[in-house]
Amino acid sequence: MLSIQHLEARAGEQAILNGISLEIKPGEVHAIMGPNGSGKSTLSNILAGREGYEVTHGSVTYEGKDLLVMKPEERAREGIFLAFQYPVEIPGVSNIYLLKAALNAIRKHHGQTEVDAMDFLQLVKSKIKSLNLDEQFLYRGVNEGFSGGEKKRNEILQMAILEPRLCILDETDSGLDIDALKIVADGVNALRSPTRSFIMVTHYQRLLSYIKPDVVHVLAQGRIVKSGGPELALELEARGYGWIDASLNH
Amino acid sequence: MSASQEQIDNLIHKEYKPGFVTDLEADTLPPGLNEEVIRAISQRKNEPPFMLAWRLKAYEQWLTMSEPDWAYLDYQAIDYNSISYYSAPKVKEAPKSLDEVDPKLIETYKKLGIPLHEQERLAGVAVDAVFDSVSVATTFKHKLKEAGVIFCSFSEAVHTHPELIQQYLGSVVPPSDNFFAALNAAVFSDGSFVFIPKGVRCPMELSTYFRINAANTGQFERTLIIAEDYSHVSYLEGCTAPMRDENQLHAAVVELIALDHAEIKYSTVQNWYPGDEEGRGGIFNFVTKRGDCRGRHAKISWTQVETGSAITWKYPSCILRGDHSIGEFYSVAVSNHRQQADTGTKMIHIGKNTKSTIISKGISAGRAENTYRGQVKILPGALNARNYTQCDSLLIGPKCGAHTFPYIEIKEPTARLEHEATTAKISEDQLFFCQQRGLSAEDAVSMIVNGFCKQVFKELPMEFAVEAQALLGISLEGSVG
Repeated sequence: MLSIQHLEARAGEQAILNGISLEIKPGEVHAIMGPNGSGKSTLSNILAGREGYEVTHGSVTYEGKDLLVMKPEERAREGIFLAFQYPVEIPGVSNIYLLKAALNAIRKHHGQTEVDAMDFLQLVKSKIKSLNLDEQFLYRGVNEGFSGGEKKRNEILQMAILEPRLCILDETDSGLDIDALKIVADGVNALRSPTRSFIMVTHYQRLLSYIKPDVVHVLAQGRIVKSGGPELALELEARGYGWIDASLNH
Repeated sequence: MSASQEQIDNLIHKEYKPGFVTDLEADTLPPGLNEEVIRAISQRKNEPPFMLAWRLKAYEQWLTMSEPDWAYLDYQAIDYNSISYYSAPKVKEAPKSLDEVDPKLIETYKKLGIPLHEQERLAGVAVDAVFDSVSVATTFKHKLKEAGVIFCSFSEAVHTHPELIQQYLGSVVPPSDNFFAALNAAVFSDGSFVFIPKGVRCPMELSTYFRINAANTGQFERTLIIAEDYSHVSYLEGCTAPMRDENQLHAAVVELIALDHAEIKYSTVQNWYPGDEEGRGGIFNFVTKRGDCRGRHAKISWTQVETGSAITWKYPSCILRGDHSIGEFYSVAVSNHRQQADTGTKMIHIGKNTKSTIISKGISAGRAENTYRGQVKILPGALNARNYTQCDSLLIGPKCGAHTFPYIEIKEPTARLEHEATTAKISEDQLFFCQQRGLSAEDAVSMIVNGFCKQVFKELPMEFAVEAQALLGISLEGSVG
């Protein structure tokens, strides 16, 4: 599904990614862990197409296509979804309006007709229930005055409605209390399927006890320095990132 | 024209769809302004002597006045002698019904989305169509008449209701009010007249659609709306013009009078040709709009969506004379490319317990300059007067400007006043977020801006709110990229 080859990138003069290679197959869940400044968020942003980074080397192939030449909205319409670490507020634009506009943009891209208003409302209502959100939530401005937990649940709601093929969760667990974390994790788990893949960027092992990854990668200084199964996350939790730094300096 | 050529042309002219010209034989006065021109206009309209006298007096006053220069606007001086002050489609006789109206005119309005045949109209909206200097058709006249409502062209009202014209014309905006009001009084050629009698709730939305077609011609229209005690009316005006390289002058006057417990809701969707990206052409829009809450508990509400014109100079105001009267101003002003808008309102509190609300949303993109200029004046004796002002600016791109000039004058110690102002940019984060959800950058900007304007759009009648949203998207095309 996604193949990253020797990816190097910089922001301004600062080199951030120093040769990342990663293969993700349909249905797999990959966790990317690492200390602050290791390049985790940069990787998420580059995959989603955010401006401000320069890819200096390497390639990213998504479903056989060169991802790096695609505009952010094209990537989204082709099934790449980024759950933001800090979802922005868009005052005055209702949540339901954004959801519908986004879903229709994606449907149009695939040659489908716009979704019927009644069908859409039904779809959304069934999804908000499972995320333990109130119906009023749909008519509030996008993330306007939302609590941290509400913002993250809103990201998962969008993901559930848009049904992407590749979901990138950028520190979705940050700022969540344990109850909110469970709801978010349940939302993600409900979306797992043999055709949908996940990249979960996180600092902590905590999230991974709720969403079981297939592979765990440890990122440091813009490189994947270790890959392994779920047990790697536990080891990391026990020994700290200092353990990785130490092994790097060997 | 080959199909592909047509497609290319459509693409180029995408930004301003109403920019076409209707080819008609017209009766146009030669350019220039003098007493003879004013007499000629009055004569063509077969006006009673009181109107000519009024015009000539206004012209005399205009000669002693000078163009206001306090606005934050920069434009080449207007040569008032190079403008033609009257242009009307040629007709042998005034059409008695819509069937006699030139099909080309009906086609023009149809192209603009304003079908004049009643069966095609949105149910519940009556239209007066003003083409260059004259009103060409008014729909639903008979149905309105049954309710006692008078809705007709100004020229017609001068003949059929001279007593109302004499009583109210210039009573809110006298010709001496300002340079452009004096000019309008001298040369205005048509407009709409509305009278809602005591206790009547107007059964449908009234609207006037202004169209400038002829080249090198100014449009000077006048609207007069009178709402008697306990009456209610909602009125909407729309405006478009062809794309031309030279600037054209539009100087209108609108007067509203609300008596005891009457309510007038006046909405504008202004889409005059804004000029091209380099600032060539476009309408100079110098308009005086004022409402007088003459009675107790009267209410006047202005809602404007201003997307067009090269220059906008416009301050719809309320005089809150009656005790407990209410004035409202909701505005969205969009300027893109080289457009300049200096717009706002005046709320003059005279009566006791008067209340005013100002919500202004200014949006600038390209190299445009957008200014809010508002005055809140609370006179001695206006006990417990209250005002709330909220004034927000949104900037798109690094080369545009937003300016706010509030003037607050309070002479009454019991007055309460709140003023809030914000300036924000559309952030890259917002844009990227929307794009990451599948929206194009332009759709994203349009959505964010519409969200910013929501407070104002919800004041518009339903079908026009939809139109305004679409218009906003078109106006901002090419503002990101």
